[in-house]
This record gives sequence, C-alpha cells and structure tokens, in this order.
Amino acid sequence: MKIFVYIQEEQSKINTISLEAIQGAQKIAEKSNGSVSAITFNQETANSLTQYNLSEILYIEDPKLENYNPLYYLSAMEQISKQESPDMIIFGHTYEARDWVPRLSARLDIPFISDCIAFEINNDITFVRSIYQGKFNANYTINNKQSIISFQSGAFKIDTIQSGTASVRNISIDLSTTYDSITPGEKFQESAQSVDLSQANVIVSVGRGIGKEENLPTAKDLAAAIGGELASSRPIVDAGWLEPYHQVGSSGQTVAPTLYLALGISGAIQHVVGMKGAKNIVVINKDPNAPLFEIADYGVVGDIFEIIPKLTELLQNT
Amino acid sequence: MKICVLIKQVPDKNASLSINDNQSSIETQNITWVSNESDNYALEEALLMKEVHGGEVIACTLGNESAEQVLKDAMAKGADRSILLSDTKFNGLDILSIAKIFTSAIKNENFDLILSGLQSDDHGNSQLGLLLAELLNMSHASLAMGAEIINDTSIKVKRELENGWFQWTELKLPASISIQSGINTPRYATLKGIMMVKNKEVKKLSASDLDITDIISNVNLNKLYIPEKEKETKYIDGSPDEIANKLIDVFRDDIKILS
Repeated sequence: MKIFVYIQEEQSKINTISLEAIQGAQKIAEKSNGSVSAITFNQETANSLTQYNLSEILYIEDPKLENYNPLYYLSAMEQISKQESPDMIIFGHTYEARDWVPRLSARLDIPFISDCIAFEINNDITFVRSIYQGKFNANYTINNKQSIISFQSGAFKIDTIQSGTASVRNISIDLSTTYDSITPGEKFQESAQSVDLSQANVIVSVGRGIGKEENLPTAKDLAAAIGGELASSRPIVDAGWLEPYHQVGSSGQTVAPTLYLALGISGAIQHVVGMKGAKNIVVINKDPNAPLFEIADYGVVGDIFEIIPKLTELLQNT
Repeated sequence: MKICVLIKQVPDKNASLSINDNQSSIETQNITWVSNESDNYALEEALLMKEVHGGEVIACTLGNESAEQVLKDAMAKGADRSILLSDTKFNGLDILSIAKIFTSAIKNENFDLILSGLQSDDHGNSQLGLLLAELLNMSHASLAMGAEIINDTSIKVKRELENGWFQWTELKLPASISIQSGINTPRYATLKGIMMVKNKEVKKLSASDLDITDIISNVNLNKLYIPEKEKETKYIDGSPDEIANKLIDVFRDDIKILS
C-alpha cells in the first residue's frame, strides 16, 4: 500500500490537521505493510517534514502553487498521481480540501470518501464516517485499487506521530497549459470586533433549541451570571441573531473550556468538531436523542426555558 | 442566465430516525421528508439572480418517486421546470457514480450556473456540485456566502474560509457553486406559486433514458449503526428547581468553576 499525504500549509506553517493525516497514514501503513510519503508545494514545509517517519517527501516547486488556486492544485496533483501511482491519497478535511479534492476525484476517476473519522483494517480497509448530522456512523469499503480519503479534524492525535528522517525529492510538473478560469482574491476578515473563545474558561452555547431571537437574553443572563462567554452553533449565526465570532464549529472557532454548557444544541458534526475538546460538557436539550448527549459528561433532558432562569437566579444569589 | 439548482430530499431534522434490519440504511417509513437545508439557500440565490438578470431556473434531483416533492416545492417558489433522476439502479451508488448520472442528464442543457447546497444533511459528502464542475468542465467555488454576476461571462463569489476569513473569487462562466447556509433568506411558496406548479414540467429520467446500463458502485456502505458512546454521561433529572440545584452542585464540586 503506497500512501501519499497532502500537506496543507499557511505561510509555511503546517496545518495541524495535515499532521493528524500523517499520523493516520502511518497507522494505516503499519497495518497494511505500506509506505507513507508526504506531498507539499512549499519548500520550508518540505524541510520541516524531514523530521517524521516518511518514505520520502515529494516537493513540487512552481510559483503558480504559492497561493491556493484550485485549478493549479488540481493539475499538479493529477500529474503527481499519474507519475507516481499511489494507492491512496490522504487529506485533512479542511475547507480548502473540500474545495478541490472532489474535483480531483472526478479528474482521476478515483473514488473519494470525505470527512472520515476513523478506519479499521481487517481483510479490507473500512473507513468510518459520521452521517445524518451525527446520529449514525457508517462503515465504507472501496472496490477500487486507488482511493482518496479525507480525515476530519481530531480523527488522530498528533502526539503519537512517528518521527524519523526523511529526504526530499523534487518533482517537476507542467502548469503552463492549465486553463485559468478561477481567480482567487485577497483573504479578509469581516468583523473587527471579536471574542477569543479559545481562551474562555466557561462557555454557554446556544443552538436551534433557543427558538427565537427574543429568547437569547435567557442565555446571555446565564453566561453573565456564571462568568462565561456566549457562543452558538451555526444556525444562530445564519439567522443573524449573533455575530459570526460567537460561532463554534468547523466554520467558527475551536474551543477547549473547562465547562461547555450547551443549550438546545443537537450536536451536528460541524459543531462537535469545534467543542469536543472541552474538559466538561454539560448538555441541556429536550430531545433525548440529540447526538450531543453522546459526548456529554452531564446530561439534562428538559426544557431550557424552565431550567435556565432558575439556574441563573441561583448563580446570582451565590 | 440558465441556472440549475441541485436539491436533495432528506429526512426532516426533527425526524426520529432508526436503522433498518440489515443495517444498510435508515427506515424510510413514517418520517417527514424535506428539501435539504443548504439547498434551499441555493434555490433562493438562483431565484434572486433570475429576478435581476432574467433567465431560467431548473431544479434537479436524484431520488425515488417521493423526491418529486422537493422539485414541486422548488417550482412553487419560482423554479421554471425540473428534472427527476429516478431508477432503482441509482440506489446506494457512490457520489462519483451519481455525479456521472447527473452529467449524462444535464450535459446538453448547457447551464451557465449550477448551484448546490454546501452539504446534504443525510450522507453529507459535500461533493456533487464540485464533481459536476469537473465532469462538465466548469469553473467552481465552494462555501459561497455571496455571489455577484459581473457580466455574461463571469461571476464573483464570496467564499467562506476557516476561522472567520473570507475571499472574493472571480469565476469564468459556466460555473458550479456550492452555497453555504445563511447567504440569503429563503422565501416561502405563495399560494399563486403553488397553483402554478401543475403547469410546470417535471422531466423524469431513468437509467435507460440516459443509456446507462451497468453502474457499479466503487464505494460500499456496509453498515450503519449508532455511534458508541465515548463518555459515560451522568444524567441529572427532577423538577426544574431540583435540576438547577443539582447543576450548581456539579459546577461547584465536580467541575470546580464556582468558588
């Protein structure tokens, strides 16, 4: 099993999820008698990857690959794949990967299983995904020699990544004929104001269960009484009830407070990836089947509007 | 602008789902089906574009006969016509094979734009619109939080990146764009819109209509199951007063965030 891992970097800093992907690839290689190579489009990244247990590091140098452009990335990876014939190409499931890897799958005609949370090896390799908004897991196998896989953030722990000494091999490709129909502009941030939720000790977070905007003060009062920050899942931000910087999850902030108190949040996987590192998770939801209970340390099946005002009152009186 | 909107029928978020006997899929009886949430935003974006720039909006789905409902709903909101890809041969295929079926069905439509929701709330592959971009040789952008048609040959898309960052990307048409939820406020169907549906076309296409004979899935879903609990959850119950008091104890004595 010849496994390639694509390394995503931002200004030469390797994305943590790419290191997790290396760790996952090393585990798969260990159990399938395989080899792991890393692919990068960045020289500094190539050099810093030499400290890991990798078969080799494939470095592609081309000015067109300096900033993300899906069509150049696609063309580069297509050429590498055709030259090197890997059995499996692994990606971290980032927004960037979501943007270009499906297209790579169609171009190479290789199936892509996206957003996997784990794998198992018996006779075949089974990949596990979380589906139906986190309610179920599903096991998948692939009927094709080659495959493309992406792993979700947190699928593997980087502290067990195997170190070693790997060498860099330069690969040449040709991007001169790549059609130029996508022109990405500068990146920018919208809200100057923001709360760094990643540093918060206590977070009170609200989801769809809050019902309507007029109910938000119930949660705000609790956050104030308990000395915590207010956060939310995506639908609350989509509805315009809270500014985007309150959002926790794959498109928002990743947090690890001492207490994460979730009010009326069902626990879609996009939210869970942003808060599963909290030391204590307390979930209050009227739906006993809400997937977030799966990762709760404490659970309350009940009506937040009956419980929260009483809780706030008690906190104010202590 | 000739705009295709991809819509998937999925179980309602509040539906109580269970797994079928051979653990291959969910029990599909007695659940409420709806249009996938982010697809509603894609449809709205297409309708807004049509209002400004004129053209045609075509809703397209793949599913069983019941999936026609999401097309009717789209036409009630203003889509001009729709395409239903339906055949038992399409069941359980991997997303790349499904994209090839869509490609056969729509390649002669020569759409200027394909809009899709970012991700389906059931299997959540997040791939179809982007696979179609490749198979139909279109430009693409994902996670759109804004879109502005510049002229007949190009469009600007505000893409959401991670951690609160954004980026405007310019695309040459034709383009396939996946739409993030929250980009607009999806409309409700009007009574007049609902009355109009019966005059609008739903083109139904089966495998044989598309000259598709043997389709083999390259990915198998072998088993569906409830995730094993990662943690032992301590449940707190009682009256609201009792629960509030017990939570205070937990906060103070176990989690130690109160002094």
